[in-house]
Parts: sequence; C-alpha cells; structure tokens
Amino acid sequence: MKVKQISVFLENTTGRLAEVTKVLGTGNINLRAISIADTADFGILRLIVDTPAKTMKLLKEAGFTAKITEVIGVIVNDKPGGLMKVMDIFNAEGVNIEYLYSSLINEGGDAVVIFRVEDIDHGLKIVEQAGLKAISAF
Amino acid sequence: MTDIETMDREALAALQLLRFKRAVTTALKTPFYKKRLQGVGIRSAEDLKTLEDIRKIPYTTKEDLREAYPYGLLAVDKDDVVRMHASSGTTGTPTVIYQTQHDLDRWTDLTARSLVAAGCGRSDVFQNMMTYGLFTGGLGLHYGAEKLGMLVIPASSGNTKRQFQLMKDFGTTVVHATPSYMLHMYNRIEEMGYSLNDFKLKKALVGAEPHSEEIRQKIEKLYTIDVYNSYGLSEMNGPSVAFECTEKKGMHLWEDSYYLEIVDKHSLEPVPDGETGELVLSILIRTATPILRYRTRDLTSIIPGKCACGRTSRRINRIVGRTDDMLIINGVNVFPSQIEEIIMKMTEVGTNYRIIVKKEGVLDKLIVQTEVGPSIFSDDARDINALKNRIAENLRASITINPAIELHEPGMLPVQQGKAIRVVDERRKPV
Repeated sequence: MKVKQISVFLENTTGRLAEVTKVLGTGNINLRAISIADTADFGILRLIVDTPAKTMKLLKEAGFTAKITEVIGVIVNDKPGGLMKVMDIFNAEGVNIEYLYSSLINEGGDAVVIFRVEDIDHGLKIVEQAGLKAISAF
Repeated sequence: MTDIETMDREALAALQLLRFKRAVTTALKTPFYKKRLQGVGIRSAEDLKTLEDIRKIPYTTKEDLREAYPYGLLAVDKDDVVRMHASSGTTGTPTVIYQTQHDLDRWTDLTARSLVAAGCGRSDVFQNMMTYGLFTGGLGLHYGAEKLGMLVIPASSGNTKRQFQLMKDFGTTVVHATPSYMLHMYNRIEEMGYSLNDFKLKKALVGAEPHSEEIRQKIEKLYTIDVYNSYGLSEMNGPSVAFECTEKKGMHLWEDSYYLEIVDKHSLEPVPDGETGELVLSILIRTATPILRYRTRDLTSIIPGKCACGRTSRRINRIVGRTDDMLIINGVNVFPSQIEEIIMKMTEVGTNYRIIVKKEGVLDKLIVQTEVGPSIFSDDARDINALKNRIAENLRASITINPAIELHEPGMLPVQQGKAIRVVDERRKPV
C-alpha cells in the first residue's frame, strides 16, 4: 500500500517551522515521520502523520502551502545491512529513488523507511514481489 | 571649440527658430505628427513665427512613440535609413529611432564636440565600456571619438578582467562607463592581479545612470582621475545631448541641436531657470525620426549664468529623479510594468509579486519575489527550481537584466494596494 505524505512549502524565515509544529501539536496530530529538504532559499517539509486529511485541513487553515503526495513505507530489518537489502532490490530493477528518510515507527522491532520513487506503483510492486512488506497507514 | 558653441544667445535663438521650423517641416512628413500638428492648426513651418509659438505644439510622450511603432514617425524613404536604435518599451512594444547618414554625421559632430569639451584629444586612447547594440550608449560615443582621432577600443560592457588587460596593454587614457561600473572595477583591480600603476587612465566619462556629486568625487579620488558627467536618451539620439566641460559645473545641453524646456511636472508650464522640473527636449538635427517637445520624465534644472569655458549653450544639473516609476538598474532602464507583464503572463505563477532593488557591493541587484500557491507547489524541489529559472529567463529576455527570483509562501508578501508598493528601492543615496 502507498502512504500519504504531506509536503509543506516553507520559506526560509525564522520560526516558520515552529509554526508548523505548533499547528500539529495543538491539532493533536501524531507525527510518524518528518524530514526537511532545503535549498538556498526555500525548504520542503515532508510529514507522515496519523490523520493526513485532518492535518491538511489544519495546515491550510493556518495559511500553509501544502500538498498530499504518495510514498512507500518499507519495513526494514533494523540490523546492519537492512537498508542495503532494499536498495539492492531497487537497484536491480532500475528504480530511481528521488529521496528517502527514516520514520519514527517501529514495527515489531523493525524500522520503516520512507521512499519516494519515480513510479510509485512500480516501486511498490517490486517491494512486494521481493517479499518485503510495505506499510499502508499508521 | 567650434564657433557654434560660443555664438551669442541672440544668434543662437535665431538658429534655433530656423532649425525648429525645419524640424516641423520634417515632422509634417510623418503620419503621427501630420495629424498631431494639424490638430493644433500647424499646417506648415510658417505657422511658427517665434520660438514662443513652439508652445502650441503638444508634448510627445513615450506612449506616443510606442503607438507610432514601427513606421509612424519615419519622415524619409526607408532606403535612406542607415541605422536604427531601439529602447525597450514599458509594455513590450519598443520605441525605434531611425537615422540617415546625414543624421548620424550630425550626431557624430555632437559627440566629438562633447569629447572635446571634456578635454579629450587625438592622442587619447578611448576605451568604450558601454554596451554596443540597440542601446545607444556604446555606438553613440564611438564615432565621435573616431572622428576626433582618438584610438577607440570598442570593449563594450562587462568582462572586467579583459577591460583591465586592454587598459594595461593599450595604455587607455579615457574610459566611458556607468559610475557604478567604475566603482565595481575599482574593487576588483587587485583581485584580478592588477594595480592602479598598470594603467594610464586620466579621465572617465560617466553616464546612463543618475549619480551624485559625491560619487563623482569618490571615483576621482579612488583612481586619481577626472570624471565628467553626461546625459542622453535614445529618443534624442543617445549620449551627448548634454556633456560636462572641464569646468565640471553642470552639463552643457547643446542648444543648437536640441530645444530645451524645463516644465513643472504637474502643470507642465515652464519653470524659471534654477528651478527643478521635467526636461522637455526637441531634436533639431535629425531628419529620419523627428521628435518635438518630448517629455523625458527626467527631473533637472537649468544652471543660471554663463560658464567660464565660454560655451553659450546652457547647462543642466545632474538628473535628480524621474516623474514616472522607471528604475535604472546598472544603467538599464526598467519599468515595473514590464516585470508585471511577464509575471502575469505566466499562469503558473501567482499574481502577487514584489520588486526589490538593492545594492550588492557597488552594483545594483534586482530581486523579484513571487508567491508559490498550492496549484504550483510540487513536492519535487527540481520543479520549483525549474519554475524559478523560467521566471528569471522570461524576465531576462524582456528587460535584459538577470533578476534573482525569490519564492514565498502566499500571504508572506504584503497585500498590494497600489503599484508603488510593489516596488521597494533599497538603494540608499549613493555613498
């Protein structure tokens, strides 16, 4: 299954990130994964939350430019070489990874890594064919 | 110094009337002026009896020139035209000025005269650092300098390192550049492996952007040279409409070739000498594109009294501002409306924007801020950067300046009420 990710456009001004976390905190949103990609003058904040629709609504009400995108959350063995195994599979199939980041989720001792690939359906199929598990929602 | 430069005011006035009448005859050959002049009852040059009568002629504006594009102001057969220059218009339509060989020769006479006034001569090596092309800054002085017998190095603008090399290798004594470029170059001399001792520079002729007396003195001190101010606009040919003589007390506006008026910027009535107003010019020496009573939008004043140099053409003070919102960025004229037009055409960009002009070092920097709305926001930073590049490229194609593009979240730019608020000129009075 694909996971819904919320991307937020952030300009590089002091306190802007804190405002997002404030919206999430007061909205009682549970943050499951977070990453920030930044360029010289803007950033893209990426979030995985327990309630994406509600979060989108709150962020929009607070005036943020946000968008829901889909990513794959792969359950990775939390041991040395765990991520390598996933990468090998993607590599072998020529899947182009745009970015990845780790989550705060623990699935029975295993970690969950969030992948954004060019063709998300194809990526998901490969993961499942290789016998790996992808999470659906939190 | 030629006789025409020192003729007494009475003779000069007679010459002006004669030449103005000739200019009206020329103007009546164009569709634009035929209609405009007949509208106020001027059917031939004989309807002008005195210089006072000139005030019957309506003002000509930049908008008029745009409407007349491309041939509405052409007074000669196209085959007689040997050159054109164009300046960017405020809404994308440029304005075009045609020159016959006769016109170019008269212009060259003026530029040669201007160079002499600034103390240049045939033993000088003249490095022209103004842009060659449709802009008149480069070619304008080029031919006058050649006529004077100077060695002309047509370096054009930019490429500071090459400028230094040319200056050193060919012993440049006179440069023509914008004042901000002079300051920019100074800061880079050492960095590029040169020292002032490598150069034989004696003078800089500066123009194309307004600057203060302090800036002039600063450049003079930094390089230990003389700096002379100049004024021109493409509608009136280009550089050497007015030029400083070695007295450095204002720019002689060549009144045998231009009819000079300074008017109140609101009432458009003449102001007394010494008072600041809008400069209105008529060109008396051009046959291909006549322009009468052109509102330059530049604010200046006439300096009362005679100049010690003996030239009788009156002097104007340095330009102190504009009556419109035109920005001069590193010598290039930019109207905020040009930027707005480009942004509005790009449907993927929000409609709210802000223009910031500031100093980065000694050069001007243009920053265009726009908003990233939900419809254009992408999770992929490459898409956003591509959009930025697209905005920058479209603007560069229109205004010839490479702007920095800043993307902001909606609501982070102040809500706009008027056009003026969209432009923030942070350039302080030059140091």
